[in-house]
Amino acid sequence: MSATSAAARGDLRPAAADGPRPARRRWRLPFSPWHLVLVPATVALLFPFLWLLITSVETSTEALHFPPILVPHVIRFANYSDALSSAPFVRFMVNSAVVAVVTVLCNLVLCTLAGYAFARFRFLGRTALFAVIMATLMVPFQVMMIPWFDITKWLGVHVLAAVGINHIGALTLPYAATAFGVFFMRQFFRTLPVEYEESARVDGASRLTVLVRIVLPLAAPPLATLAALTFLDSWNNFLWPLIAVTSTDQMTLPLGLATFQGAHSTEWPMLMAGNVMSLLPMLAVFFIAQRYFIRSVAATGLAGT
Amino acid sequence: MQLRRALDSEQFNGWAFVTPGTLVILLFGAVPIVWSGVLSFQKSSLLGSDSPFVGLANYRRMAHDPVVAQAIQHTLVYTALFVPGTMIVGLFLAVAMNRKIRFISLYRTAAYTTMAISTISEAIVFIWLFDPSYGIVNYAFSKVGLPQQQFLNSPSEALYVIVVMTIWGWTGFAVVVYLAALQGVPQSLLEAAAIDGAGPWRTFRRVTLPLLSPASLFLAVWLTINALQLFDEVYLSTQGGPLNATTVLVYYLYEQAFQQFNFGYASAIAYFLFLVTIVITVLQFWVGRRYTYYRS
Repeated sequence: MSATSAAARGDLRPAAADGPRPARRRWRLPFSPWHLVLVPATVALLFPFLWLLITSVETSTEALHFPPILVPHVIRFANYSDALSSAPFVRFMVNSAVVAVVTVLCNLVLCTLAGYAFARFRFLGRTALFAVIMATLMVPFQVMMIPWFDITKWLGVHVLAAVGINHIGALTLPYAATAFGVFFMRQFFRTLPVEYEESARVDGASRLTVLVRIVLPLAAPPLATLAALTFLDSWNNFLWPLIAVTSTDQMTLPLGLATFQGAHSTEWPMLMAGNVMSLLPMLAVFFIAQRYFIRSVAATGLAGT
Repeated sequence: MQLRRALDSEQFNGWAFVTPGTLVILLFGAVPIVWSGVLSFQKSSLLGSDSPFVGLANYRRMAHDPVVAQAIQHTLVYTALFVPGTMIVGLFLAVAMNRKIRFISLYRTAAYTTMAISTISEAIVFIWLFDPSYGIVNYAFSKVGLPQQQFLNSPSEALYVIVVMTIWGWTGFAVVVYLAALQGVPQSLLEAAAIDGAGPWRTFRRVTLPLLSPASLFLAVWLTINALQLFDEVYLSTQGGPLNATTVLVYYLYEQAFQQFNFGYASAIAYFLFLVTIVITVLQFWVGRRYTYYRS
C-alpha cells in the first residue's frame, strides 16, 4: 500500500543509496560503478534522437553517403521549410491538439459523472449496466473497428457531419468516454469517506453540487492521471485515424507524418525534419508535465499489483 | 414538491449522471462487439449490399488460409521476443537507476523520453537507422567487421528489426513501472538479507525480484496485449513484407478489412485475436499467481 501512495504522489526518488558494501576494497572508482552501465545505456536510448536531429539538417547528398557523415558540413535548416511546404504540419499539430484536448475534457466530465454515480447512487439497472461496461474493457479495438467505420459514416450522414468520416470529430467522439475511465474514477470515489458528502446533503446541496463542490476538489490526483493517460493515447493514436480520415486537412500528426513518409520515403533530411517537428509538441508537453505522466504510468502499473 | 423530490432521488440522478458516458461506451463498445460478432458469420463486402449468413464459413476459411497460419506464427514469435526483451531491459535499467548518484535524473529522463515518441516517429527513425544502403547500423557493422545486412528488406531479419524498435519504444514505460515498484521494496528487508550474509546478487534474486513480481506480472500481461495488436510499425516499415515475413494478425486483418473489404472474414480474424488475447492473459494470470508474491 505504501508503494501505491508513494507513486501516487509522483515520488520516484531513489529508495536508497547503493546497497551494502563489502568491508574492504583494494581500490575505489572515483565515481559509482553504475555510471559505467548507465552512460552507455543512455547513449543507446538517446542515439536515435541524436541521429534524427543530425539527419534533419544534412543535405540529401550527405544523407545518401556511405559511410554516413556524422557531422554535417553545413547546417541546412531549409529541410524544415521544405517539409512545411510539402505537408501542412502546423495543421496536423492543430488537429492533434484539438482532438487530444477535447477527448481529455470529455473523458474528465463523462467518466467523473458516470464513475461517481456507479460508486454512490443506487439506481435500477446499475449492476447490469456496470457489468456491460466492464465487459467492453478487455475487447481489442480491432474487434470494434469495422462497426466503428459504419457507425461513424452513419452519424456523419444522418446526425452531424462534424463527427462523420473524414472529420476530426470522428477521432474524438468514440473516445469521449471510456470503460477504463469510468472504472478508474469509480474505484477512486469508492475510497473517499462518504461523511463530507452526507453533511453537505443535510445542508440542502443538490447531488451535482456535492459532486462539484465537495468531491471534485479531492479528486485532482486521479483526474490528472486520467488526463495524462488519455492525452498520450489520443496523441499517439494511429490505426483509427488511418481508417477514418483520408483528407489531408483533417489528419492528426501520426497519420499526417505517415502519409508524408509514404510520399517522400527517400528524401531523408526532409523526412527527418518533418519528424522532428512532429515530435516537438509532445516532447514539450511531456517535459512540462513529466511528473504527471510518470506518476500516471506508475499508478497504472501499481494498480495492477 | 414531488417533482423536486424526484429530481433529487438516487434513481434520477444515477441515470442522469450515467447516461452521457454510457451512451458513448454502448455505441462504440458494446454495440460494435455484438455487431462484428454477427459480421463474422456473414459474407459481407462493400460491393454486394446484401450480406448472407454463411455460418462458420469465415472461421473455416481461416483454418485453411496459409497467410493466417503465417500471421499467427509471426505474431507469436514477435510477442515471445518483445515481451521478455522489454521486461529485461526495463528491469535492468530500473535497478541501475534506483540509486542516488550524480546525473541520475538525466539518465531517467533519457529513458522516460521514449514514452513521448509516437510509434510512427519511432518507426521512421528506425527505418533510417537500419537502412541497408545508408544506415548507420550497417556502418557500425562494417566497423566491427560484421557483414552488411538487408534488415527490413530481408525476410529473415525484418521481424527482428521490428522487435528492436518496439523494445526501444517501450523501454520508458517498463522503467517507470519497475522503478515505482522498486521504491516499494522496504530497505529493512535488504539490510536483513545483507546481515544474514547474502551478497548483492543473492539479495536481488531472493528478496528484490520476488517483491517485484506483481509489477512483472502486470508488465507481462500489458505488454503481451499490446504485442498481439502490433500494427503501426509494420504498416510503416514493411507493409507486412518482404514475402509476408512481417504479416502479423492485426496487419492481415487490416488488409482484409480495409483493402480487400472482406468485412465478414476480417471480423472472424478479429474475434480470433480476441480469443487468443483472452487465453494468453488467463494463462499468464494462472501461471503468474504461482510465482507472484503479494505482501499484505
